[in-house]
Amino acid sequence: MNESKTVVQEPHCNWSKEGPLDVAAIRADFPVLERIVRNGKSLVYLDSAARSLMPIQVIEAMKHFDSNHCANVHRGIHLLSDEATGAYEEARARIASYLGVSDAGEIIFVRNTTEALNLVAYAWGIHNLRSGDEIVLSVMEHHSNLVPWQQIAKMKDLVLKHIPITPSGELDLAEAERLIGQKTKIVSLVHMSNVIGVLNPMDDLSRMARNVGALFVVDGSQSAAHMHIDLSSLDCDFFAFSGYKMLGPTGIGVLWGKRTLLEEMPPFLSGGSMIEEVGLMSSTWAPVPQKFEAGTPNITGAVGLGIAAKYIQRMDRNRTLAHEHNLISYAVERLNELGGIEIYGDLSERASAIAFNIRGIHPHDTASILDSEGVAARAGHHCAQPFHVALGIDSSTRVSFQCYNTRTDIDRLIEAVIIAKEIFGL
Amino acid sequence: MTLKDLYTDVILDHYKNPRNRREMEDPTNVANGHNPLCGDKLKLYVNVENDKIADISFIGQGCAIHTASISILTEKVKGLTLDEAKELIESFIGMLIENGEADEDKLGELVVLQGVKELHARVKCATLPWYTLDLALFGEDVSAEDDIKGLEIRLK
Repeated sequence: MNESKTVVQEPHCNWSKEGPLDVAAIRADFPVLERIVRNGKSLVYLDSAARSLMPIQVIEAMKHFDSNHCANVHRGIHLLSDEATGAYEEARARIASYLGVSDAGEIIFVRNTTEALNLVAYAWGIHNLRSGDEIVLSVMEHHSNLVPWQQIAKMKDLVLKHIPITPSGELDLAEAERLIGQKTKIVSLVHMSNVIGVLNPMDDLSRMARNVGALFVVDGSQSAAHMHIDLSSLDCDFFAFSGYKMLGPTGIGVLWGKRTLLEEMPPFLSGGSMIEEVGLMSSTWAPVPQKFEAGTPNITGAVGLGIAAKYIQRMDRNRTLAHEHNLISYAVERLNELGGIEIYGDLSERASAIAFNIRGIHPHDTASILDSEGVAARAGHHCAQPFHVALGIDSSTRVSFQCYNTRTDIDRLIEAVIIAKEIFGL
Repeated sequence: MTLKDLYTDVILDHYKNPRNRREMEDPTNVANGHNPLCGDKLKLYVNVENDKIADISFIGQGCAIHTASISILTEKVKGLTLDEAKELIESFIGMLIENGEADEDKLGELVVLQGVKELHARVKCATLPWYTLDLALFGEDVSAEDDIKGLEIRLK
């Protein structure tokens, strides 16, 4: 293979890379935003924390790949397979650059964050954890960072501990300090909440884990999509995220892990692609990262994710985060003006999402009325049931933001909330 | 359909003032309904005497559609024979399945919930109480004295 030849070109973007985010031009990249939804209304998409939209550059890159290089990776002599391998490894390099990682071999493609965290729990956990060992999580976690540890805990007779939240909705660091102790072997925490948008102080939490020699695992599902991630300075051992929350396709996600750990760990899934030599009774493993990529991977998805990462890097994550902060402050201010709205988390700053309820209206009714006004929001527990218990509620309405959202979107949200209140006579 | 047409005064009245929301001391039949996807939860108590529903009540939390559905259910089925209740359950669920028709004579006030059909994600809010009633009345023996929890239906 000619290593220097790019298979899938970097995205071409028509907007300015200087100054404030050119949201009008960016919106033109997202075909779904042209949709007319219920009752002839134009779409206001406020559900990016569940799945973000894809820019045309990502859609076209995947189409280009499937139209020109459709072949399997790491196994063909023929040209198309060579190109497909090039495109797949190019995507891995793009993700490494996105995360500030110098060794692209530490990037493992998985389906999503859930699979990434299962990989850590099973491949590292089964072989390194002993009865009585403790794993520290928090009540704020998404189910994907709770359930795999519950399974391992049952299997290995481990103790699970959960950092509580303060009344303002932040992790209680004093309690964290108390819970993370000599028996703690893993601390696995969400970087940015998918419910209330709080950003957790990873440096403090990492230090606590390091002080007791525990592994530090970060669920970056939300943070990877919304803020600059530099894994050379974020002191963790594993970092997991999904493509579909960062302008990429579904079915592709990433686990980054420290090479030394990955090399020591046994495989998670086994079979094709991850082997070096196979005998009838036993086999040897391919080196990292292939050791953790059993079976034919989601090649097209990886290509799309690589382009999504480049697209976000072009926008500059400091600019997109500033844009979101502006939007969220405006949304919080407008919601508070309405009265009768409860916003969860008393935070000075939040990113990506706001969870709220209209007093007297169940969130499912709220979301249905918002939907009828063209506003796509989410209602329920957002895959964080224990967090809702900790917040003292059953469910909430969540609006979440991305680079393509505008103040007009928030005005439309506010109009829809007013209609909901009118319908319910509030 | 705009949502103003769905959230009628009847539905909002039942949501704000649900009828028969109370526990029951000695029910003959009990069932729990739970939709884990959205969190709607209810516990339905029925007192069946001589093949008739002598009393019915519920406890639980849910959205306006869910609460109105269960509140109207308790009013409609009280006094019915088990056969009549079965017919009503079938008519109600029949109204909300695809291509289903509303039998207005049988359903009466319940036709206010017909509009839910257009909101696929919300149909289960309306039907959960009815599946739960079906389970309470016609599920396996739930009158066993030690079965405090009753049967449980989980809609997915």
